Amino acid sequence: MQRLFDTALVLFGVVTLVFFLSAVIPGDPVDVMLGEHASSADREALRSAMGLDRPLHIRWADYLSGLLRGDLGTSLVRSRPVADLIAERLPATLSMALAAFVVILLIALPMGLLAAHFKGGPVDRAAAVFALLGQSIPNFWLGPLLVLLFSIRLGWLPVSGNESPAAILLPAITLGTSLAAVSMRMLRASLLEVLSQDYVRTARAKGVSRLKAILWHALPNALLPVVTLLGLQLGALLSGAVITEVVFAWPGIGSLLIDAIRQRDYPLIQGVVLVIAVAYVLINLLTDLLVRRLDPRIAAAEGDRP
Amino acid sequence: MSEGPAGVQETVLEVSGLCTELGPQDKPVRAVDGVDLHLHRGETFVLVGESGCGKSMIALSLMRLLPSTGRVVQGEVRLQGRSLLDLPEVEMRRERGGGIGMIFQEPMTSLNPVMSVGKQVAEAVELHDPAHAASPRARVLELFRQVGIPDPERRIDEYPHQLSGGMKQRVMIAMALAGRPGVLIADEPTTALDVTIQAQVLQLLRDLQAETGMGILLITHDLGVVAEMADRVGVMYAGQLVETAAVGSFFKQPRHPYSRKLFRSLPDAGKRELGLDIIKGMVPPLNQAFDLCRFRDRCEAAQAVCGERLPPWQGDPQDGYRCHLAVDRIELQASESARHAPAAADAGQPLMAASDLRVHFPIRKGVLRRTVGFVKAVDGLDLALYPGRTLALVGESGCGKTTVGKALLQLLRASGGRVDYDGANLTQLRGESLRRLRREFQIIFQDPASSMNPRMLVGDIVAEGLRAQGIAGDRRAEQARVLQLLDQVGLPASSVGRYPHEFSGGQRQRIAIARALAVKPRLVVCDEPTSALDVSVQAQVLNLLKTLQAELDLSYLFITHNISVVAYLADEVAVMYLGRIVERGPVERVLNAPAHPYTQALLASVPVPDPDDRREVLRLEGDMPSPANPPTGCHFHERCPRAEARCRREYPARFELEPQHEVSCWLYAQRD
Repeated sequence: MQRLFDTALVLFGVVTLVFFLSAVIPGDPVDVMLGEHASSADREALRSAMGLDRPLHIRWADYLSGLLRGDLGTSLVRSRPVADLIAERLPATLSMALAAFVVILLIALPMGLLAAHFKGGPVDRAAAVFALLGQSIPNFWLGPLLVLLFSIRLGWLPVSGNESPAAILLPAITLGTSLAAVSMRMLRASLLEVLSQDYVRTARAKGVSRLKAILWHALPNALLPVVTLLGLQLGALLSGAVITEVVFAWPGIGSLLIDAIRQRDYPLIQGVVLVIAVAYVLINLLTDLLVRRLDPRIAAAEGDRP
Repeated sequence: MSEGPAGVQETVLEVSGLCTELGPQDKPVRAVDGVDLHLHRGETFVLVGESGCGKSMIALSLMRLLPSTGRVVQGEVRLQGRSLLDLPEVEMRRERGGGIGMIFQEPMTSLNPVMSVGKQVAEAVELHDPAHAASPRARVLELFRQVGIPDPERRIDEYPHQLSGGMKQRVMIAMALAGRPGVLIADEPTTALDVTIQAQVLQLLRDLQAETGMGILLITHDLGVVAEMADRVGVMYAGQLVETAAVGSFFKQPRHPYSRKLFRSLPDAGKRELGLDIIKGMVPPLNQAFDLCRFRDRCEAAQAVCGERLPPWQGDPQDGYRCHLAVDRIELQASESARHAPAAADAGQPLMAASDLRVHFPIRKGVLRRTVGFVKAVDGLDLALYPGRTLALVGESGCGKTTVGKALLQLLRASGGRVDYDGANLTQLRGESLRRLRREFQIIFQDPASSMNPRMLVGDIVAEGLRAQGIAGDRRAEQARVLQLLDQVGLPASSVGRYPHEFSGGQRQRIAIARALAVKPRLVVCDEPTSALDVSVQAQVLNLLKTLQAELDLSYLFITHNISVVAYLADEVAVMYLGRIVERGPVERVLNAPAHPYTQALLASVPVPDPDDRREVLRLEGDMPSPANPPTGCHFHERCPRAEARCRREYPARFELEPQHEVSCWLYAQRD
């Protein structure tokens, strides 16, 4: 109950904030659509046709009541329901987010585990170098670099777009590596801390092998903070990786948002941001539920909070 | 003790010449240096020694579970004839938990927090008990019953945080027993537990030993636990065994000078006016090769020969000691500290008095964080502190004794009642007037390491109170006062420019005492000031506190769970249970003729360093109830062996047995 109430409050705040922020961005859709040389009469006509001449708070109330009826409004520029525009782009963003997330898991989990296990050894140092590179190389550079290597030099993968299933690989790897670096370091640190805990020694003292002690006793504990981080990362991925989408001409909601902002398409901006906010909130909720399942102490500490 | 077929005792564990090193190969620390010991079937061998003496490292060497920087460099370990150090790791795993079970000091952290306790025990069953490996649940329930866990069907699916400390230690023991080991290593198994729970766990270990015939290697620093548990004793000092003996002869006549000093530094009622014996100096660093006696610098009996070569082992390997001198030539001086005059019998007016003091912490729940109940940490408490005298506040963890100390000093605000100090009600004071009064009452905490800012110099730590109260004077006066304080607590003047981490635990507690004394308080709350310290260091700190009290006419509130410290230091005792005082009186009355059943059980649970004193005692069942939901009537009735119908209904009134000796218990109703 508390959770739902909080969620509704957050979403209301986001919608309101975005509504008023986009109103204070200089320029408006009329300028964008009619160009700079249109007559002022034409401008006024279009403006009133689009309802932009009404006071801000009325438009805000209108928009909110539309939302309550499940209506995201109509794009000013493209004259189509915002919901349809987003629905067109969402699958592309979802598939890339999931693919990138898989890349994160595939890189971060084994590398974090190995780095912690061979602490101070060559594997650990290699992982540290990878993490440094992953975090410091910007995506707009790594993306083209990968394209040059795999698409142009080797010709294995398409350069851009999403026509073939293989096209998802390069953007997913580009997105995944930088985020994987963070999770990997986090898992390593967390695992090292857990490995020095008494209960790992207890497990060893009852005859559990070192590998099993790590996988069964240390890892579930070490993963707790990492799960929270991974949730945040998945949320970030779902909100559309704008730069990566642009680099790979990927038709996701990130590039839709960029277009909408450029055209001052207020309903579309609000719609996309709302979807992103909902995705974030949902992922956070799921993460919390997962952590709660994994860690029996949390439910106890919070008493009856759902 | 059971005997083997040939009529001799069957040896289950034999350790010879064990040497263990830690740290880098080129500059190692030799934590264990040539230890020989053996353990018979059904026998308990106790390794006793102070922190850092290498006793835990022996246990980890036997299990081959040393930290990654450690290694066994020499020696042999035979478990029922098999040489453990030569086993391949795969076979060693079968011995861990199968041949040797182990339990650890901290039950709180020794269980995996995200795995149910049943599963953790089941894991040991699966590894070592092929007959039950397929469906371990029935066997786990049986083990839970064997170690006395009530309601095992419910407990088996619970997680460690849902269990009390004593229950967790029982789970650990169940886990260690799962493989039916011939040897159990128990490394300080009760150090983290309250005395009444400690008594339960020690009794359990003895019962299980009688049942299974396992040999127990028990590691402890507590001579009381030694007396209660041991068949034979080994005393460790600086990585070596310095004495081994049967428990009876060890307690009658310890031979090594170090063993003797340990006994003489134990506080008890008989030493009240004498001051405790201390061991001067510190344990030598172990990153060196010794060519003379490593105890020589601290030994009062040392002769020329002690500084010339390594001391020989005198006597049988299982009954001897490591010293140059014959037993009758070891002469230790009497205590070097001054005799303490007994406190004045007439106490006069109290310096601080609390009446009906209450500290309730709200429990909040739900969307609006409504208060649905209170944890009554302190619930209607009266006490008075007199100048120059010590009141000991005794009780088990969670009884509210630390909260009392904080509430008296207004570090926590009381929910009700009053605290009178010198004509003012402290609970009403706010702001500047309270701040100014604070110089009159100070506090010393349990853990000196975490109660000082690690980035401040010792000189600044001691002077901070002076500056805060604006009584420091000019720089030179401040400096002089700091040096005087350090001298008073026995620290060199050079300490001023050093950081807390450069000092040992005992020295840090001295700094904490100097800091408290800096503002010339009249009253000091000492919250378990010696429970993190070794016995010999504890003796130094207790001596210091006693001397300072006599010099400065200080009033102490001494919060502790250690009864022997109470016997040595206190003038009056108040026993606390679940937020209320159940008995109070002069120390000799309360300790020698305890009236409340809880006080009786508490005192009976304390292990006494005398092996002939294995009394059949009143042992408490169960754990202390939650202060959020105390039982109706007398809080103690659920655990009380003498509870009557009335105890379940009404909280007992207070009855005065003798002048100053009061008890809250219905047993004494008719006398009133």
